[in-house]
Amino acid sequence: MSEKVLMKGNEALAEAAIMAGCKHYFGYPITPQTEVAAYMSKRLPKIEGGVFLQAESEIAAINMVIGVSSTGKRVMTSSSSPGIALKSEGLSYLAGCDLPALIVNVQRGGPGLGGIQPSQSDYFHATRGAGHGDFHMIVLAPSSVQEMVNLTFKGFDLGDKYRMPTMILADGTMGQMMEPVSLDLGEVTKYDKPWALTGTNGERKPNIVNSLFLKPEELEQFNFDRYKRYAEIEKNEVMYEEYKMEDAEYCIVAFGVAARVSQNAIDEARKNGIKVGMIRPITLWPFPKEVLNKAADKVKAFISVELSMGQMIEDVELSIRCKKPVLLCNRTGGMIPTTKNVLDSINEAVNYGGAK
Amino acid sequence: MNISGLGAKRITVLAGHYGSGKTNIAVNYAMALSENGKKVSIADLDIVNPYFRAKDTADILADMGIRMISSEYANSNVDTPAIPAEAYSIFADKSVYAVVDVGGDDRGALALGRYAPYLLEENNFEMLFVINKYRFLTADAQSTIEVMREIEGASGVRFTGIVNNSNLGEETTYDEVLASLDYAKEVSELTGLPIKMTTVRRELYGELNNEIKNLQPIGLYVRQSWLKQQEV
Repeated sequence: MSEKVLMKGNEALAEAAIMAGCKHYFGYPITPQTEVAAYMSKRLPKIEGGVFLQAESEIAAINMVIGVSSTGKRVMTSSSSPGIALKSEGLSYLAGCDLPALIVNVQRGGPGLGGIQPSQSDYFHATRGAGHGDFHMIVLAPSSVQEMVNLTFKGFDLGDKYRMPTMILADGTMGQMMEPVSLDLGEVTKYDKPWALTGTNGERKPNIVNSLFLKPEELEQFNFDRYKRYAEIEKNEVMYEEYKMEDAEYCIVAFGVAARVSQNAIDEARKNGIKVGMIRPITLWPFPKEVLNKAADKVKAFISVELSMGQMIEDVELSIRCKKPVLLCNRTGGMIPTTKNVLDSINEAVNYGGAK
Repeated sequence: MNISGLGAKRITVLAGHYGSGKTNIAVNYAMALSENGKKVSIADLDIVNPYFRAKDTADILADMGIRMISSEYANSNVDTPAIPAEAYSIFADKSVYAVVDVGGDDRGALALGRYAPYLLEENNFEMLFVINKYRFLTADAQSTIEVMREIEGASGVRFTGIVNNSNLGEETTYDEVLASLDYAKEVSELTGLPIKMTTVRRELYGELNNEIKNLQPIGLYVRQSWLKQQEV
């Protein structure tokens, strides 16, 4: 008998956040992530100290997140692509104030209002341009409903540990599909937050949460210090999964739903004797540069499978220092690559440059 | 599904907790009615679920001569939940058997409220409460009944029976189905509603048929192309 329950990705993520001790949710509805807000609106009022608030806008919601995070409490918001764009200013402020928070982007097609079908075209936004200024977020990319659960739980820990926003970069499929999951997540780790605004009781100097530094030397030093922390994260927190890479001559790089389709394509291609494997980044920032660079010494070519016009492919090329060709297999606008799309790209890689 | 012994009413409404499997039951039920020689319409009143919709099965249903009444926005890229005006036709044309697929929870059931006066006036309907023990928020009888009362409050219609669709998706086995029977019985006893059927995937029907009363095999028609092997 299984101890599992059947959950939709968005609900599973929301429940995992509650289990991680998040009692504060602020958001604004948008397809395909609305179940996160709907779930929180049912669950949080039943929990002692729980607050669900549907803000008047995405911008209001992210600023409420900044407020709660300043007090040292775990807090989250979620949205889908256009709504995340609206939150960008707040993401930069979170980073500038060294505040942790969990931000969930269940991506849909863009640009503009785009569509409501799944997409991965906010990769650049999440890993490079989530807001103005020098900063990063830790970006986690789930590929199953179970990972929606596990990465949400872990995302709060990473945010608290490094005092920075963590993003779950999911796509519409991850939010909408249902799979059996285990919610056995273990104990919540407690982090000391001596910087939090908790009231001084007249016993200490007030803490200040701030991102305004008018002296350039001071701002530069804050940025230098923050990037030292980022270097630690790049060293310690990279996550990825390998699939049939032991003997691989071709390497697919894919995350989220694209990795699931790619896995099917790999199994099919191997039936025809093509030795293809996959490296699936789980952290998109920090990106698994080292393992890709090592793979580049063994494989003949890479294929980046994405639901975008080709965004992660730039990180693949940078990671392997352009040592090997990198092909793009992509669909966009809400379309999902089919197994056949990926198989065609595998064949293209095999025949690349006329070589067999 | 074989419904010959169930005494189908002219209108069958499927409602329940979000993700309990209403849409798939609705599609299977419509097919069973059609196989029984009935003229069938299926009305998709789901205003809350953007991806897995009854309209996914439009082609199969059309082949069977079942009329699909669905928002033209369903499964399109338009983020505008809407109910088609055509939905009224199932109340006007009393020669059809209609299956009504309602969106999940009280939020989805609000849309049914629009039609409650017609249902109650004609009084030839069944409203079935689809339950799944393996959904996190309906894991016991009490929380399941809470959802049920919320749906009744939002729609203004009372349930008349229960469909036990307890499943863990692809991972459902014989044991999970058997372990759900006491739960369904408890919901039934506490609400006074009969268990109209227990539904299982076709593969499980054979080994469970002798153990469960009113067991119905169902096919999975709501497309889940990202979950399993895709077409090559």
